[in-house]
Amino acid sequence: MLAFTLQRVFQSIVVLLVVGLVAFSMFRFVGDPIDNMLGQERTDADIERLRGELGLDQPFPIQYGKFLKNAVQGNFGISYRQARPVSTILAERAPATLELAAVSGLFAIFFGVGLGVFTAIRRDGFAANAIMTISLLGVSLPTFLIGILLIYVFAVELGWLPSFGRGDTVKIGGWSTGFLTASGLKAIILPAITLGLYQMTLIMRLVRSEMLEVLRADYIRFARARGLKERAINFRHALKNTLVPVITVTGLQLGAIIAFAIITETVFQWPGVGLLFINAIQFVDIPVMAAYLMLISVMFVGINLIVDLLYFSIDPRLRIDRSAAEG
Amino acid sequence: MVEPVLSVRGLTVEIPTRHSVLRPVDTVSFDIAAGEILGVVGESGAGKSMTGNAVIGLLDRPAHIAGGEIWLNGERIDQLKGDALRQVRGKHIGMVFQDPLTSLNPLLTIGQQLVETIQVHLDVSGAEAKNRAVNSLNEVGIPAAAERIDAYPHQFSGGMRQRVVIALALCAEPSLIIADEPTTALDVSVQAQIIALLKRLCHERGTAVMLITHDMGVIAEAADRVAVMYAGRMAELGPAREVLTKPAHPYTVGLMGSTPLASAGKERLNQIEGSMPRLDELQPGCAFSPRCPYAQHKCRIEPRPTLEAHEGRAACWLAGEVAE
Repeated sequence: MLAFTLQRVFQSIVVLLVVGLVAFSMFRFVGDPIDNMLGQERTDADIERLRGELGLDQPFPIQYGKFLKNAVQGNFGISYRQARPVSTILAERAPATLELAAVSGLFAIFFGVGLGVFTAIRRDGFAANAIMTISLLGVSLPTFLIGILLIYVFAVELGWLPSFGRGDTVKIGGWSTGFLTASGLKAIILPAITLGLYQMTLIMRLVRSEMLEVLRADYIRFARARGLKERAINFRHALKNTLVPVITVTGLQLGAIIAFAIITETVFQWPGVGLLFINAIQFVDIPVMAAYLMLISVMFVGINLIVDLLYFSIDPRLRIDRSAAEG
Repeated sequence: MVEPVLSVRGLTVEIPTRHSVLRPVDTVSFDIAAGEILGVVGESGAGKSMTGNAVIGLLDRPAHIAGGEIWLNGERIDQLKGDALRQVRGKHIGMVFQDPLTSLNPLLTIGQQLVETIQVHLDVSGAEAKNRAVNSLNEVGIPAAAERIDAYPHQFSGGMRQRVVIALALCAEPSLIIADEPTTALDVSVQAQIIALLKRLCHERGTAVMLITHDMGVIAEAADRVAVMYAGRMAELGPAREVLTKPAHPYTVGLMGSTPLASAGKERLNQIEGSMPRLDELQPGCAFSPRCPYAQHKCRIEPRPTLEAHEGRAACWLAGEVAE
């Protein structure tokens, strides 16, 4: 178990290094940050001086090496645009994105698993078929369109919910939360649904097909033959056996939720890291972009690691086989 | 006469298809008494498993019981639904399936699976249920049952798993066990152990056993009486020794001639020409007549005789003449 974890952590670090390298090499094609930073009345000397100060005149491998060296120490440099440390800016913005991602992730898992089980058990029922048909919409409509539709219906026409922003927030330590105020809670509903809808339908369809598969298994038949209650068969026996593939996909989707928050945050003007990243691209704010990409990849890699470890707690066959193999 | 544990009368199972209605089980009647093992033999598709599944109410849609009656301990069970049916399963009828590797839920320990089965049928505390679980594992010959109760199915060998499956089928002390090919997926050496176990439990507890198999060796070893099925119908029904040594139905004759055990000493095994007709291609008359070496004109046009539970041994116009 420990050896497995260490091996995975090592693999994760390699992945992070590669991601950083690819991301860093891309920045050279985004544009020249100097153009934005100096005004109209600049001289060639100014440009050269600034380029030298920022280290942009150095060869690419050296730039990347410096970035890594600083990043390991938690220093992601100074934002070109805001002239403040990137780590401070990210720390300010991260709570908004993480809260949004958490709410939409919970929404996706809760409704995805629930509806998936429902549609599998009542597979010929009218309600189940209706849900399956509607879910096609959830899969095929692009996120920004769903966001705009929700804004139109619930914010513009009905006026129940705000159309943008986070509402009032409360600061607890360094963390600004919207969960403690009524307006904050109201503000998170539409973006959370927008962000989580695709993942919800995906999880639902996956749970459904896995459930249908498992319900045909011999041990389900045997459970029936033993006279167990339907509820025990469906939830204790069937659902648990569907969880391994479901957790794999759900884990990856949680990473995707954070990454795709860019679009939702833009539509709802949600002050999170996604919106920060979009603004950074426009300004060619390389330190912010680099830090953001590293943050996202750390999350992806971390979630994957957690997913792998979850397998062990669900499926006893993995635990035993590995410990036996290790001696 | 002692009331039989299980009485099946004229059981018919139908599967509606787009073009016609198939009858995988057609007017089948038989009894099983307490402490008796009825061996049900036949080729794949003869309706053996379908009959077993119909008795325990586990037919997969669209298959359904279209006629006949099933009586268990004097109560009619073929019309039960929902919770009433669920309480018959496990509590009054235990079932053992073919493949012990897939019959057990891989994510639950065998103790959890035993305890949940015991608690759903018997009103006992968790500790008492666990106690009973250990006892039932002891009874089916699992060594160190008290320690192994927290093991997962994959930590057992195939034969041991089938013992666990039998313990699960027996833990609520049902009066009937339906064993659907319980030894087919096991090694030959383990097969004998499992059969011996079933025999012992059946005799000790007075449990009735419906032993579905296509293995004549298993029948010869274990069964008190034998039911031979062909194309969904009962071809022959009688005491095991008589059916094995003096088969009355031409199909049983052919079956014995093609079994190494029964034809010991012969140089060549005979085979029955042709194959069992598909259910949607059944001709009027006896289903076996196209392959039957003794078939006469009558066999091909008149509906074959139905075998009642107690009258006669073979569903054949020529029964009795063939054996000679």
